[in-house]
Amino acid sequence: MSTMVRFTRVTKQYPKGVTALDEVSFQLNRGEFAFLTGPSGAGKSSILKLIFVEEYATSGEVKVIGQSSVTLTPKNIPVLRRKLGVVFQDFRLLPDRTAAENIAFALEVTGAPPSRIDPKVLRVLEQVDLREKAEARPHELSGGEQQRVAIARALVNDPLLLLADEPTGNLDERSARSILDLLREINRAGTAILMATHDLALVRATSFRTLELHHGRLVFDSSTITSDATATRPGGSPS
Amino acid sequence: MRLALREALLAFRRAPMLSVLSITTIAFSLFAFDLFGLVALNLRSALRQVESRVEIRAFVAEGTRADAASAAVGDVQAFPEVERVTLVSETEALDRARRELGEFEDVFESGILPASIEVRLREGFRAPDQVRAVAERLAQYDFIDDIRYGEEWVEKLYRLRTIATFVGIALGTTFALVSIIIIGSTIRMAVLARAREIQVMRLVGATRGFIRAPFLIEGLLKGLLGGVIALGLSFVTYAALERLVIQAEFFGFGHSILGLLAGALIGFLGSAYSVDRHLRRVA
Repeated sequence: MSTMVRFTRVTKQYPKGVTALDEVSFQLNRGEFAFLTGPSGAGKSSILKLIFVEEYATSGEVKVIGQSSVTLTPKNIPVLRRKLGVVFQDFRLLPDRTAAENIAFALEVTGAPPSRIDPKVLRVLEQVDLREKAEARPHELSGGEQQRVAIARALVNDPLLLLADEPTGNLDERSARSILDLLREINRAGTAILMATHDLALVRATSFRTLELHHGRLVFDSSTITSDATATRPGGSPS
Repeated sequence: MRLALREALLAFRRAPMLSVLSITTIAFSLFAFDLFGLVALNLRSALRQVESRVEIRAFVAEGTRADAASAAVGDVQAFPEVERVTLVSETEALDRARRELGEFEDVFESGILPASIEVRLREGFRAPDQVRAVAERLAQYDFIDDIRYGEEWVEKLYRLRTIATFVGIALGTTFALVSIIIIGSTIRMAVLARAREIQVMRLVGATRGFIRAPFLIEGLLKGLLGGVIALGLSFVTYAALERLVIQAEFFGFGHSILGLLAGALIGFLGSAYSVDRHLRRVA
């Protein structure tokens, strides 16, 4: 299965008639790294929420790792989520647990055998370069370190796809860079990554694919530039 | 399951004040419930005692042959409703009257009191209609003169019991509902206090059952603990009343266990309600 995510004319409307996404279609392949950009409220978070089924599309189809939103049952949601990792701007760590316990929690609550928990936690802590902070609680860690713990937690179940919603939004430039470097490393190891950000400097520092949203519409996809000459940046000349 | 239990116990340690508060609340609402149960229990046993005195007395006409009366006693004894039948002869009636009303001993002359057939009904056959039915059958013997069974008295007793039962059920249900709501809201506080954990659990793909389990166990334990405290408080109240005011009865073993199970069930339901509501809202 080479397609991780496929959106087919996906529209998402919220109860008060706000249209967050308007007929969005795109595809993300296995092992790919893509940025979702656009101003706040453009629909970046909505796309991520539809992928990890925090929300449902109003119309259209969202297909994630072979599972279509059309046939998805509530029972299948946890199964799907175990194949995904998600990180957020606000880290979402449990404040009363250590870094290691926060990571172990993700394994425990998905029923991993206890004997496999410690080695896995250690492995991902090493991967995010936080081995010596294993026993620190979130408030004892810097923002960048907290995000690393969150990433480690997202990685511990060996996801095929990592979703990151403004993971650098709360970080200074240096920490942001190092988080991006970490994500690139993870991507090199084979995990597909979809990262929402409005930090264009960060996006420009890489050559990864960029999907740009505006008012819920997908207005730019860098991967189509070569094959589809009509793709334009907003403000550019429409075809 | 072990993890769920650990998380449930951890919840007590993480939020001791909240736990104490919810257990106390549960204990007091169950205490109110138990107190009412005690009143109902004692009312019922008092009624049962009074009821056991319900008796049909059929007076035998003068000059009836003894063997006819004895044969009737045999027949009546065979009625399924009947516990015991006694034939009280004229002499026995006189003896009894003299014994019971000693000071008027001389007033009674032989032959003044009629012989009678006394019928006691089995438990469960003492309702007014049933008593009347047996009385009517007795009246069919032509040597029976008159029948007394305290008609109005039996009916009043029964009405009282019916009212007590209905009031008991209504109040009991109300208290149970109030308990469920109270437990529901204390568990809700616990759920909200752990909203972050629930969020993370959902995010990493924990199943719904897995997320609910620690809360359900927590609710169950709180309900059970509240039930134990309530039962203790009720016992103290009962003991004080027993000593100072009136002889009373306490819950038997079965009723006590039932009370504890009710506490656990209420805790379970209250927390199931809260967790599901929360999960529905965030999902």
